[in-house]
Amino acid sequence: MSMSQEQLLEMFRCMVKIREFENRAHEMFLAGELPGFLHLYLGEEAIAAGVTAALRTDDWVASSHRGHGHLIAKGGDIRLMMAEIFGRSTGYCKGKGGSMHIADLDLGILGANGIVGGGIPIATGAALACQYRGTDSVVVSFFGDAASNRGTFHEAVNMAAVWDLPVIFVCENNLYGVSTCQRDHMRITDVAERGAAYGIPGVVVDGNDVEAVYEATVTAVASARRGAGPTLLECKTWRHQGHFVGDPCAYRDPSEHEEWMAKDPILRGTRMLIERGFATKDAIARLTSEIKAEIEEAIEFGRSSPWPDVADLLTDVYSD
Amino acid sequence: MARLNMVEAIDQALRQEMDRDDTVIVLGEDVGRDGGVFRVTDGLYERFGEDRVMDTPLAESGIVGFAIGMAIGGFKPVAEIQFSGFVYPAYDQLLSHAARFRTRTRGQRTVPMVVRMPYGGGIRALEHHSESMEAIFAHIPGLKVVIPADPYEAKGLLTSAIRDPDPVVFFEPARVYRAIKMDVPEEQYTLPIGEARVVREGADLTLIAWGAHVRTIKEAAERLAADKRCDVEVIDIRTIAPFDAATVVASVKKTGRAIIVHEAPQSGGFGAEISAQIMERAVLHLEAPVKRVAGFDTIPPLSKLEDLYQPSVDLVVDEVIATMEF
Ligand SMILES: Cc1ncc(C[n+]2csc(CCOP(=O)(O)OP(=O)(O)O)c2C)c(N)n1
Ligand SMILES: [Mg+2]
Repeated sequence: MSMSQEQLLEMFRCMVKIREFENRAHEMFLAGELPGFLHLYLGEEAIAAGVTAALRTDDWVASSHRGHGHLIAKGGDIRLMMAEIFGRSTGYCKGKGGSMHIADLDLGILGANGIVGGGIPIATGAALACQYRGTDSVVVSFFGDAASNRGTFHEAVNMAAVWDLPVIFVCENNLYGVSTCQRDHMRITDVAERGAAYGIPGVVVDGNDVEAVYEATVTAVASARRGAGPTLLECKTWRHQGHFVGDPCAYRDPSEHEEWMAKDPILRGTRMLIERGFATKDAIARLTSEIKAEIEEAIEFGRSSPWPDVADLLTDVYSD
Repeated sequence: MARLNMVEAIDQALRQEMDRDDTVIVLGEDVGRDGGVFRVTDGLYERFGEDRVMDTPLAESGIVGFAIGMAIGGFKPVAEIQFSGFVYPAYDQLLSHAARFRTRTRGQRTVPMVVRMPYGGGIRALEHHSESMEAIFAHIPGLKVVIPADPYEAKGLLTSAIRDPDPVVFFEPARVYRAIKMDVPEEQYTLPIGEARVVREGADLTLIAWGAHVRTIKEAAERLAADKRCDVEVIDIRTIAPFDAATVVASVKKTGRAIIVHEAPQSGGFGAEISAQIMERAVLHLEAPVKRVAGFDTIPPLSKLEDLYQPSVDLVVDEVIATMEF
């Protein structure tokens, strides 16, 4: 199936939005403006953009600690995201949660997650809720290669398989869990192989190729919607920066890094749009500067928003 | 004697005990080649190799369960959890297995292992990275819970914890990690597990804390002394399980007043146990109700609100004055 110019431009726009958001978050964190920890999605944009392009608003996603990209792609409000990352009361969690705890249920965002692998069973339960309510909504669970070593992954994939649940397990394999490279934390090369252990399809895709990600997701989603159960979709990718902002990242081989940087999804997207005559260099530059302006506006909103109040300390712990 | 921060002191304790005893094995996520996310295990991989400093997969319950098996098999594993907020998948292993093995085998086998982890707030991090849930570990019979307040204690207590025949959960206050340097003897030494330490003697009131808040209460006591308000005794609990009630009770019998300070949520926190022990053993010596200055019963908030969440020197001073005036 080949994608239309419009669809491709939309996905490209999404990738650029994530890229610019993360670039600015990175800068502001280094400048000491942001509290907490920041796990940047830089380099992995094609996965969030490609997967969510295959979803509807009433589909759900459960995100990870590296969640900004998933949230933006699923339609998250970047002003509320920025405010949250700044720790301000106008943010998604009223400034009490920060980068790793953003959720927006109206948009089907079940939440980022500070516990690696924490979202996988939650996504699976949400998939049962979709099935039980008789909707044909599906749920996507995003997690990393290292997360697939947790019991939560194995327990949840097995349950989804046994009950044919409409969930797509998207493993963003950036080949490292913090400093530990994949060959030191698992025996297999493709996490997708783990699907076979539970009797579900395991698919490997180039995670830096937004079209390939989209197409693989369309297949998995179609199967989930018609009740044929889950898919494990592994997207091979690379994070451009350290594990978190501040990680010197000395454990990666510089030449491997260079190779992957040449496969940057936005570089590739740009080349593809131009080759197919879907956009000119100028049009891409215009689109990028529009997005930059949008992000600056979100930053201004975050930065100038009030801090949470003392009274907020005890709210939202219980229903009353 | 070198001036070390807590990270360096723990690293040194591990290195020296690994030199002394080749059954000591360090394991955890990123503890090896990388030297740990907080660099606590820096240099150990280079010195001892991958057989004794093991980079594990991301699997907390696996790591701790694995450590139990190694301990039963004759080793002394020291497992690192990157933040205490990530230990709960392993809570099952600690509660259901590590803590019970001695009883189950009627004393024939023990589980000499340590689970180390940074904990507590004050580092501007978010929920799982700032919490202080020591009470739910102290509630487990068979588990020891040790919390050093400074680099000197960290080295001595960790050495004791590794040598201890029972499982020890070792909480390292993240905000202290690099905040202070102090003289730490180069040679190995141990500090007793199960004994509190009187940090400062005083006649009017007993302030009690552990971990990062030993500093808070020491500063409060010093300020109150400088202002000639009152003479406060300061106790560093050091190990909340087993809890040294005798030292606390003796102090309160002398001073007649007690305030317990912790950053964990107040309800069901370890302060409640200390207060109950004082009631049971020293009630007739009390001049005022025992008070707690504790965290709120909420999830640790990010950033700005954290300053309000954490017990402060000002707050402790105010509570001391109120208790003195009761
Ligand atoms: C249960 C748990 N253990 C450890 C951590 C600390 N931690 C955060 S991210 C991470 C590595 C995750 O690697 P992976 O799943 O591959 O995702 P990536 O960061 O590469 O996107 C670790 C160890 C955590 N947040 N939760
Ligand atoms: Mg990874």
